[in-house]
Amino acid sequence: MATLEIRDLHVTVEADNATKEILKGVDLTVKQGETHAIMGPNGSGKSTLAYSLAGHPKYTVTGGTVTLDGEDVLEMSVDERARAGLFLAMQYPVEIPGVSVSNFLRTSATAIRGEAPKLRTWVKEVKETMAGLQMDPAFAERNVNEGFSGGEKKRHEILQLELLKPKIAVLDETDSGLDVDALKTVSEGVNRVRESGEVGTLLITHYTRILKYIKPDFVHVFANGRIAASGGAELADQLENEGYEAYTKGGPVSGGNSGGAAA
Amino acid sequence: MAEAQNTPAGSTTAGSIAVAAESTVATRMSAPPSFDVADFPVPHGREEEWRFTPLERLRGLHDGTAVANGGGVKVAIEAPEGVTVETVGRDDSRLGKAGTPVDRVAAQAYSSFEQASVVTVAKEAVLTEPIRIAVHGEGGVAYGHQLIELGAFAEAVVVIDHTGDAVLAANVDYVLGDGAKLTVVSVQDWDDTAVHVGQHNALIGRDASFKSIVVTLGGDLVRLHPRVAYAATGGEAELFGLYFTDKGQHQEHRLLVDHNTPHCKSNAVYKGALQGDGAHAVWIGDVLIQAAAEGTDTYEMNRNLVLTDGARVDSVPNLEIETGEIVGAGHASATGRFDDEQLFYLQSRGIPAEEARRLVVRGFFAELVQQIGLPDLEARLIEKIETELKASV
Ligand SMILES: Nc1ncnc2c1ncn2[C@@H]1O[C@H](COP(=O)(O)OP(=O)(O)OP(=O)(O)O)[C@@H](O)[C@H]1O
Ligand SMILES: [Mg+2]
Repeated sequence: MATLEIRDLHVTVEADNATKEILKGVDLTVKQGETHAIMGPNGSGKSTLAYSLAGHPKYTVTGGTVTLDGEDVLEMSVDERARAGLFLAMQYPVEIPGVSVSNFLRTSATAIRGEAPKLRTWVKEVKETMAGLQMDPAFAERNVNEGFSGGEKKRHEILQLELLKPKIAVLDETDSGLDVDALKTVSEGVNRVRESGEVGTLLITHYTRILKYIKPDFVHVFANGRIAASGGAELADQLENEGYEAYTKGGPVSGGNSGGAAA
Repeated sequence: MAEAQNTPAGSTTAGSIAVAAESTVATRMSAPPSFDVADFPVPHGREEEWRFTPLERLRGLHDGTAVANGGGVKVAIEAPEGVTVETVGRDDSRLGKAGTPVDRVAAQAYSSFEQASVVTVAKEAVLTEPIRIAVHGEGGVAYGHQLIELGAFAEAVVVIDHTGDAVLAANVDYVLGDGAKLTVVSVQDWDDTAVHVGQHNALIGRDASFKSIVVTLGGDLVRLHPRVAYAATGGEAELFGLYFTDKGQHQEHRLLVDHNTPHCKSNAVYKGALQGDGAHAVWIGDVLIQAAAEGTDTYEMNRNLVLTDGARVDSVPNLEIETGEIVGAGHASATGRFDDEQLFYLQSRGIPAEEARRLVVRGFFAELVQQIGLPDLEARLIEKIETELKASV
């Protein structure tokens, strides 16, 4: 069973000629088949965690370890991580001039699967998956993310999730910018992948809204660059009612104070 | 209609649609068109038509100091049956009919060449094999002139393939008879030291179609003027171009489509990729719709993909309309860049960095490469582009 283990992860970023520590010791284990929701206020470091796992060059890991089935993820290049089974649905997907969606998807599937998918079954697979996400087939011929609306970009991320079938999927605010109908459609896509039981999902979100459609097994509160509290689905309801204030006020939260809202 | 996206610092993407009583394209030039080099002052670099060009790299083509030395270029022409190939002197009456030089270097070429190649496709001859003109630079200075003439209803594909090293100023005339169809692929696959300046004039007969594909990959400096005018109504021009501008290269394409006749069409699509310090691409797209040219349908587009820092693009589409009685007229220009975020996105989907770059460039050029229609040449150009991609990243 695939397991992603994050231990005491520290990450810095260079900003305005200064080094700023964003992640201050993150501990988290995500297993295949599990769904973890990470919730936290703006600027707490959620995207930084997601990018660091994927290997974005702007983020420097200064301490800690990340392993996938015991393999050192931090030693891998960005593309190696993806081929090892990590997937990041980005909060702000990037436009790529000159590359059509169909060409991109096929190149990516070829890289991940280790061989080019058979053309006939591939075309069908893409078509059906797009239909499931209510994406117009015309998107296949457009350039990657170019001129896509916010919601279309998110559907396109989930389309890739469904086609690439990773071991661990990190979804960074896939719900933001979606209206209720789009949220439902996109959640259904995520759930199709989850139902296989073969993916571990790390769902980063700001709002509890998406958790109505994608039920988490665990909820973690992210504040000041680390996990401030962990619990089950009920923790999300508590956050919905009380907000993040308890976790952000009063300076840095001490490590491992699970259930901190009650403190 | 003009759009600019992610324009890298130091680049310009300008565009204009002017509705004017009289064209400003002509008045922007420092001298009216002429076959005589003496009618053009030596440019100093601030003239509208020279402001993007590094004159010092023209190796004297612009000021009369570049003297032909016999070892300039070797021209070899391979033509199927039904084609006449001649080498003629300056006084041949067929030369110079498709257009008049518009700048000093084109006039210098016209004033200096000693022999011209004339390729004639007989009336109604439909060629099944392309005419191949190989222009190989031998390291010297040369002036040249070529005429390709198709009789009425003739159909031909011509490949003009420039390789080697030379300092060359040469003009090409294309004359299309009524109903003729000509496809020309001009490949500038020069060594990185070559200098090549030229004016390509197409004169399109009644209901004739002209398709040109200009592929510029090499050279230290390449500056071409693909120009189109119509001899009668119903003509159609497709002007395609692709350039891959590397470190230190200056590649300039200055198009002009003169809609001087009613009911003609034109479509121009040029795309360029740039990489490396000092890579500079210039694209000027002048389209004139004269008062008489009712029923004109025209569109022009330039797209640039900047792969690395340090490259510069100047893209200036310019559409001038003197009559409102047209079918359509539009232009677009956009310069986008391939940056670390894009590379990260592709890599995060399992695609290795080198393949990511190749994917982007191949995809970007695909629609233009397909226009060539000659598999051997298409394969060679794709391979060449991929080699260049690897070379300087
Ligand atoms: N590339 C970067 N350069 C400079 N600062 C950065 C960079 N990335 C993140 N930061 C800073 O790190 C902090 C955490 O940012 P991050 O994007 O991880 O937060 P987040 O929890 O995802 O917030 P949001 O809910 O708004 O998406 C912020 O203060 C942010 O400004
Ligand atoms: Mg974020």
